[in-house]
Amino acid sequence: MSKLSELDYLGLPPGKRKLYDIGQFFVRLPGNLLNFLKKIPLGIWKGICAIGKFFAGIGHIFADGDWKTKASFLIMGFGQLFRHQIGRGIIFLAMEGLFVWFMIAMGGGYLYGLKDLGTEATVFSPPNEYGLSVVIYKDNSLKILLYGVLTIFIIIGFLWTWYTNIKQNYTAQKLIQKGVRPKAFKDDIKSLADEQYYKTLLAVPLLGITVFTIIPIFFMILIAFTNYDYSHLPPDKLFGWVGWDNFQTVLATDASGNDKFAYTFREILIWTLIWALVATFSNYFLGMFVAICINRKGIKFKKVFRTILVMTIAIPQFVSLLLVSKMFSDDGIVNSVLMNWGWISEKIKFWTTQDMARIMVLVVNLWVGIPYLMLIATGVLMNIPADLYESAKIDGASGFRQFTKITLPYMLFVTGPYLLTSFTANINNFNVIYLLTAGAPKTMAYEGGAGGTDLLITWLYTLTITNNDYKIAAVIGILVFVVVAVISLIVYNVSPAMKNEEDFQ
Amino acid sequence: MSENKKYRSKSGRERLTRTIIYIFLTLLCVIWLIPFVYLIFQAFRGESTSMVTYIIPKQWTFDNFIFLFTKTNFGHWYLNTFIIALFNAVLQTVIVLCVAYALSRMRFKGRKFLMNLMLVLGMFPGFLSMIATYFILKLFGLTSENAVPGLILVYAASSGMGYYIAKGFFDTIPKSLDEAARIDGASRARVFFRIIMPMAKPIIIYTIMMAFIAPWGDFMYASLITFGHEEAYNVAVGLYKWLDKEHISNYFTIFCAGGLLVSIPITALFMSLQKYYVEGVTGGAVKG
Repeated sequence: MSKLSELDYLGLPPGKRKLYDIGQFFVRLPGNLLNFLKKIPLGIWKGICAIGKFFAGIGHIFADGDWKTKASFLIMGFGQLFRHQIGRGIIFLAMEGLFVWFMIAMGGGYLYGLKDLGTEATVFSPPNEYGLSVVIYKDNSLKILLYGVLTIFIIIGFLWTWYTNIKQNYTAQKLIQKGVRPKAFKDDIKSLADEQYYKTLLAVPLLGITVFTIIPIFFMILIAFTNYDYSHLPPDKLFGWVGWDNFQTVLATDASGNDKFAYTFREILIWTLIWALVATFSNYFLGMFVAICINRKGIKFKKVFRTILVMTIAIPQFVSLLLVSKMFSDDGIVNSVLMNWGWISEKIKFWTTQDMARIMVLVVNLWVGIPYLMLIATGVLMNIPADLYESAKIDGASGFRQFTKITLPYMLFVTGPYLLTSFTANINNFNVIYLLTAGAPKTMAYEGGAGGTDLLITWLYTLTITNNDYKIAAVIGILVFVVVAVISLIVYNVSPAMKNEEDFQ
Repeated sequence: MSENKKYRSKSGRERLTRTIIYIFLTLLCVIWLIPFVYLIFQAFRGESTSMVTYIIPKQWTFDNFIFLFTKTNFGHWYLNTFIIALFNAVLQTVIVLCVAYALSRMRFKGRKFLMNLMLVLGMFPGFLSMIATYFILKLFGLTSENAVPGLILVYAASSGMGYYIAKGFFDTIPKSLDEAARIDGASRARVFFRIIMPMAKPIIIYTIMMAFIAPWGDFMYASLITFGHEEAYNVAVGLYKWLDKEHISNYFTIFCAGGLLVSIPITALFMSLQKYYVEGVTGGAVKG
């Protein structure tokens, strides 16, 4: 598509202008990709600069601060107490007291425990007078690690509070120098319902995310660097740090020269990506096709068709998918009926050969995904400006050409973000695979209980629940993150629809 | 004359296309309905509890349902799931609306960082954090026999990250409304409750609905947190076991009966609020 001058562009009717924008997006795609690659080192440099600025800021506050501000570097809330901000001062002081008490009483010990995650394993006591020995529980590596991680987060929280404290001191000092009285405690409380209302709104959700998402993820990243598995299960046994060994096991060969794990990981990663790609796009195009059929002019019973398809979204997947998996099993209803009718003479093994099972999960996934995509596509189709089709008809474009030149580009452009989220959701699509096959058929070629249809996420589940191989599970979880993050980062940076959040408002 | 002929042939082709589409759509609907018809037939089948080679039962009965409530823990599981769903619907909706409002209407330092952080956290496979979450819950004694409050906590705690659709909706409400109210002296909190909330009815219903339905289908988290304590299972974990090799011959029709009892209320709720679901889904997908 040739580039128009600005004047020609503005002369286009609005519908055509939109279409032109869309065309230009696809033309510019390679350039955007290149720009993104150039941006990476710049981004890293910016990050380093920001950190440098942060510390320079603290230094500046110390140099420029009066004695009250300087004292607050050591005694939190000191400045506030002397600047008529008693409420704030007391809170800061109390927090510092609490923190110091915690670190001396418990935190220090927990932190020290992180060094080797326990040294004394659980033992049996020597036989007592009845000749029985008792289990004596000693160090529990898991608890040591968990408490250590919690302590680290408490320290981070404290440092953040400390930084807020000195910053507030400095602001108050400047205000007083200008002759303005700093805010009273009462105003602070009031502003929590107004200018600072976001703090009130976000406090609980962020606490939840920290405790139940951030801390666990951090914990599991650490597990990837230990030997926590079935032969090192606390409380009976200890586990300890092993460095990058587990990554080596999964990505290359392990210490004993065994590369079966690496092989399994490669195979499953490739299948996961194929699955995500095929599942996303097959659903997308077939869902769109169904939507176009239903919404076609002159088709009756639109509502009936739509309702029947949508109903299937509502039924919990564990009911529908488990049932479907049994329907296609060796002695399931599909085989039975086909045999009764004399269409086949021996049972079709839907789930027991790898290729068949993979095709089956993709097909059943269509059954899951098409209604959903049909809904989305319907929504988008309604929004395509009708004048585009009118002018195309006048130009004599056939139905197929209208589809490839108008409908498809428009859909792709508008639902780009959705395609990405759907792709990453499919990489982590636990339900469809686990409920249909649970990863089967298992093969001896794979390590760690993996099977022919296992995705990384279902393998992760098997490794944890069935095999108790936590260290490898943690490594795989991290690698899944890396795959998803890299793909998303690239797509986010080349597609315009993601940015310019404010444009929508 | 020739004009007329051309017109007729075109309408003939159109009729053919329509017929093909009707056949295609009808076939599609049949395929989509087969599992449910099969589910209903099996749930009411009287003869033999295992899988059989025909579809339509020879004997109709309610025994499977009676068995569910007298001989198994299904009643417990159902109640557990219902309680979890109820609490989750309330907590998750409150959390999602709070986060969405803060991120949509307010501009503050660290807002972009927060949104990026949640985006990145969302890229970690959820199950990865589950193992550690399990031990954290265990510290509070919220696993196994106390799994119900534990699961409520887990579902609700991380729900803040699912704010996208609600934020997308809030973004479409004109900002001039807030500004006008704020000039009149209304605080942010007042704007939230008096102006945004009444306008956000569709998205509130959508959030409640999704939060209520999700726990009914969760297998992954529930299987880990309720591990080893049958009475604390939710329906998904409880029913799953009945289809493994040891149980299927005795429990297949029981599973179908249980599955039916779970599906009916959920489907009914879903279909009655379908309008809001469609709005939420299409709005969310288009805006990302």
